[in-house]
Amino acid sequence: MADTIHTSIDDERKFTLNFGPQHPAAHGVLRMIMDLDGEVVTRIDSHIGLLHRGTEKLLEYKTFLQGLPYFDRLDYCSPMNQEHAWCLSIEKLMGIKVPRRASLIRVMFSEIGRIMSHILNVTTQAMDVGALTPITWGFEEREKLCVFYERASGSRMHAAYFRPGGVHQDLPQSLIDDIAEWCLHFPVAMNRLESLITENRIFKQRNADIGVVDVKTIMDWGFTGVMVRGSGLVWDLRRSQPYECYDELDFKIPVGKNGDNYDRYVCRMEEMKESTKIIQQCIELLAKEGPGPVLPKHSKLAPPRRAEMKNSMEALIHHFKLYTEGFHVPAGECYAPIEAPKGEFGVYLISDGTNKPYRAKIRAPGFPHLQAMDHLSKGHMLADVSAILGSLDIVFGEVDR
Amino acid sequence: MNIEALEDLAAHIEATQGDAVRASQIAVGELTLLAERDHILHLLRFLRDDQQCNFETLIDICGVDYPERSDRFEVVYHLLSMRMNHRIRVRIRTDEETPVPSATVLWPAANWFEREAFDMYGIQFADHPDLRRILTDYGFEGYPLRKDFPLTGHYEVRYDDLEKRVIYEPVQLTQEYRNFDFLSPWEGMTAEIPGDEKAVSEEAPE
Repeated sequence: MADTIHTSIDDERKFTLNFGPQHPAAHGVLRMIMDLDGEVVTRIDSHIGLLHRGTEKLLEYKTFLQGLPYFDRLDYCSPMNQEHAWCLSIEKLMGIKVPRRASLIRVMFSEIGRIMSHILNVTTQAMDVGALTPITWGFEEREKLCVFYERASGSRMHAAYFRPGGVHQDLPQSLIDDIAEWCLHFPVAMNRLESLITENRIFKQRNADIGVVDVKTIMDWGFTGVMVRGSGLVWDLRRSQPYECYDELDFKIPVGKNGDNYDRYVCRMEEMKESTKIIQQCIELLAKEGPGPVLPKHSKLAPPRRAEMKNSMEALIHHFKLYTEGFHVPAGECYAPIEAPKGEFGVYLISDGTNKPYRAKIRAPGFPHLQAMDHLSKGHMLADVSAILGSLDIVFGEVDR
Repeated sequence: MNIEALEDLAAHIEATQGDAVRASQIAVGELTLLAERDHILHLLRFLRDDQQCNFETLIDICGVDYPERSDRFEVVYHLLSMRMNHRIRVRIRTDEETPVPSATVLWPAANWFEREAFDMYGIQFADHPDLRRILTDYGFEGYPLRKDFPLTGHYEVRYDDLEKRVIYEPVQLTQEYRNFDFLSPWEGMTAEIPGDEKAVSEEAPE
């Protein structure tokens, strides 16, 4: 067939399309130069960096504590998960043990972050392929999670709640009770959401067999997270290289079968249900544990209480030094990865023994995933590009840093 | 990951890749190899294909700047083996001119990581298919993550209402960037306390 077509007509079918940088399906600021043959994509050149804020440079000029809020602004769909990686890397170098209660709170909020991110991704991906209702239903639940963030930290989004050594403040019991109540109600909302999307004919047509990821692609392109699990590989850092208290918790790792967009969607939905179970277990364990410190006691990392500062000169000095000079991290290097909602998020931290990091490299999962856009979209139709992009779960805060 | 397994792995790599590996160290439960720049591709291929290593996933490539060294840059590779469930870090050194062999032949994922290292530090990668800037602006000059690059940068952009376009201007700060030095003499004091010499000279006449 191809032989009979004249080359001149062939050339007419080929053109280059500029996608973005402002496009609702780009999930941020992504510019893609797409070479098309008719409606078939032959090459994609992604231009990123439009949201580059120089986070790594800024971190080198801030103390370890001042650097923490920058992590909220990376993957802004699940801010606390990012903070977690930063805290873990500092704790690893300093050799600090996190108090039990703080550890449970951290895991609980990491899972809340995972649900927040997955709700956003699943529903916006549904919107990318034409379903407008799921996002309104999903965001109703997501909004409640934002409120939990606010009640814990004072901020709906950029929480800055985790601290090296624990978390900033203890949670009020009323908040824990409300989270527990939400956990009972959320599976019902999930079922409603699933009834909209999972068996939807159009959603299936747009996503099944699109953007298939095989094992070779995973290894070649450095995929992690749902991109791996969607293809049937059981790989979850919470299970295989457990950090915090994940080794005590009981949860399943959902895996896909075909590695296409649809399987990744199903994985994310199932992961949200597992996350709900983890939150419930954390609440149970918190109740069993009872009240306790959320930052290591008698350490340079925890600020003294206000009442203490009224009476003790040392406490006042400590408070002043902690918030001006900050604490010193022993010289050395470490890499601390976490299972973020989007894949492996890691911080490679080099300290020279001062109060500021010498180098902090942020390994964002979205970066290698987006890089594979060319590989994944080749041979697909133009309309599939936005479906694949949605399924990769890209957030430009972390890709561009 | 237990330490003995890492020690075994380090011994295995050093025994078979003596030319490429200068030293290995285990700190905070992580294995680091200091490697030779010229043998890096050989070493990475070995780490990927060897049955005992099996580091099939490239996690990260990044640069680090040490301006006081003659080989000022380090290129750091992070690898992961999902099958064996272990990680490794490989460090090599280079300077501003000497190119590092590109790892894109081993992992296509190295493409953007190396572009980022080039963009941020100006580290050259030999045989890279497409060594362009990636994160910085179109037409950007300089290498922002180098230690001698100022935090504020050199140019700032704004929309000019008269020209009806975005214009670039040299950075003008109404207040100089203040980098507070909190490295106080009160910590890590060993021999001399600053100011002690005054006390001696005052007491001397008596």
